[in-house]
Amino acid sequence: MRIDESSPRQTRSHRDYRLIGGAGEKARDRGLVGASWYKSAIPRAAMKELMRRSDSEAIRDTLIWYALILASGVLAFASLGTAWAVPAFLLYGTLYAGPADSRWHETGHGTAFRTRWMNDLLYQVASFQVMRRPTVWRWSHARHHTDTLVTGRDLEVQAQLPISPLRLVADFFGLKLAPEEFLKALANAAGYVSAEEKSFIPPVEWPRVVSQARAWVAIYALLGALCFYLGSWIPLLFVGLPSIYGAWLYNVFGLPQHACLPENVLDHRLNCRTVMMNPVSRFLYWNMNYHVEHHMFPMVAYHALPRLYEAVKDDCPPAYASNWAAWREIIPALLRQWRDPTYYVRRELPAQRPATGAGGVA
Amino acid sequence: MTGWIKVGPASDLGDDDVRRFDLGERTFAIYRADGKVYATDGLCTHEQIHLSDGLVMDHVIECPMHNGRFDIRNGRALGAPACVDLKTYPAKVEGDAIFIQVD
Repeated sequence: MRIDESSPRQTRSHRDYRLIGGAGEKARDRGLVGASWYKSAIPRAAMKELMRRSDSEAIRDTLIWYALILASGVLAFASLGTAWAVPAFLLYGTLYAGPADSRWHETGHGTAFRTRWMNDLLYQVASFQVMRRPTVWRWSHARHHTDTLVTGRDLEVQAQLPISPLRLVADFFGLKLAPEEFLKALANAAGYVSAEEKSFIPPVEWPRVVSQARAWVAIYALLGALCFYLGSWIPLLFVGLPSIYGAWLYNVFGLPQHACLPENVLDHRLNCRTVMMNPVSRFLYWNMNYHVEHHMFPMVAYHALPRLYEAVKDDCPPAYASNWAAWREIIPALLRQWRDPTYYVRRELPAQRPATGAGGVA
Repeated sequence: MTGWIKVGPASDLGDDDVRRFDLGERTFAIYRADGKVYATDGLCTHEQIHLSDGLVMDHVIECPMHNGRFDIRNGRALGAPACVDLKTYPAKVEGDAIFIQVD
């Protein structure tokens, strides 16, 4: 395990997070790129059991999720023209986009379902709902797992230093990601794959980036035509805009994953949070609150993460008692990072236990 | 370096499981599925992670790091982030020993 003490002490610039011309080469020189991360020791037989795949949990959860979206959509439609439309659409958008984040995530790993086409299908649909270009984010997320919070390597650092409150608040309410993704999808649809995208997506995948963007543009063009035909924005309130106005929920759940924790360390116990949540939140978030465990063993499906947590908890810092407990730490820490970008939350590790290297199982 | 190399006892490798075997600078992954043994290069073609910590399921090895998937029978990469096929090697069981034929 390495803590790069020098890096958090340096003055940061958002430019450092760029994949091209950022701090990535410096990180490579320090041995932080593609490095071996700390893993808790778990016997191979137990790990095999934890990795076991199944379709039933994800089929059940997916049917419930879409039933909830449908029901709230009917409610929203029925409330049109009344004051109830505001809370009804907020509910609909939250159910449309909030859980789409974790569904995108789990199916991207291919762990949600045992059956591959089910993972692939839900991945495409959830990517559209949460508005992340499917192939681009598949590769971006692979990088996030290889080089978690390594400055200049990981594209998914949400609370970048120095903290920009405006940017963070805009991102929290969906005003940053979805519009940016839409513009990038337009560029991809025109056949343009940026140098940064090319730096982490292999050439064999570039045509897929373009074809998927064209499919998105076609869907939005149809949606626009429907709005024009009806003389109403209402279709966009059901498809498209929920990616923005429903984004708050996945940020309530997701920002605590890494916010204010140290960059450039090779131990997920230091740069991830595991947060206890109630069963409803865990359904909406598909157990991604067990984030230390997920990063340590990404092959374990969401429904097995509570068991994985039990297996490694004595080797990890204590989990946060609730999401609110995590936010009580994060909000003051963000405010402090706004003034002092060298500050970060330091997690105390338990006494050393035998651990494996990159292999991960004993 | 050619010929059959003994990699270890067959009884140590259960069905739908994988073991690592190192030979000099090289590393291999040895699998058993449906009672047959298979061998491939030991590192994922995506980011050079040892496949021996992965999951074997329906003749597919899944990389423990990014969940890249390969068919262990022919090494075929089954989708991103695994885009380059794995090299495979003949493997057999004789008595209680597993052998692979390396080139």
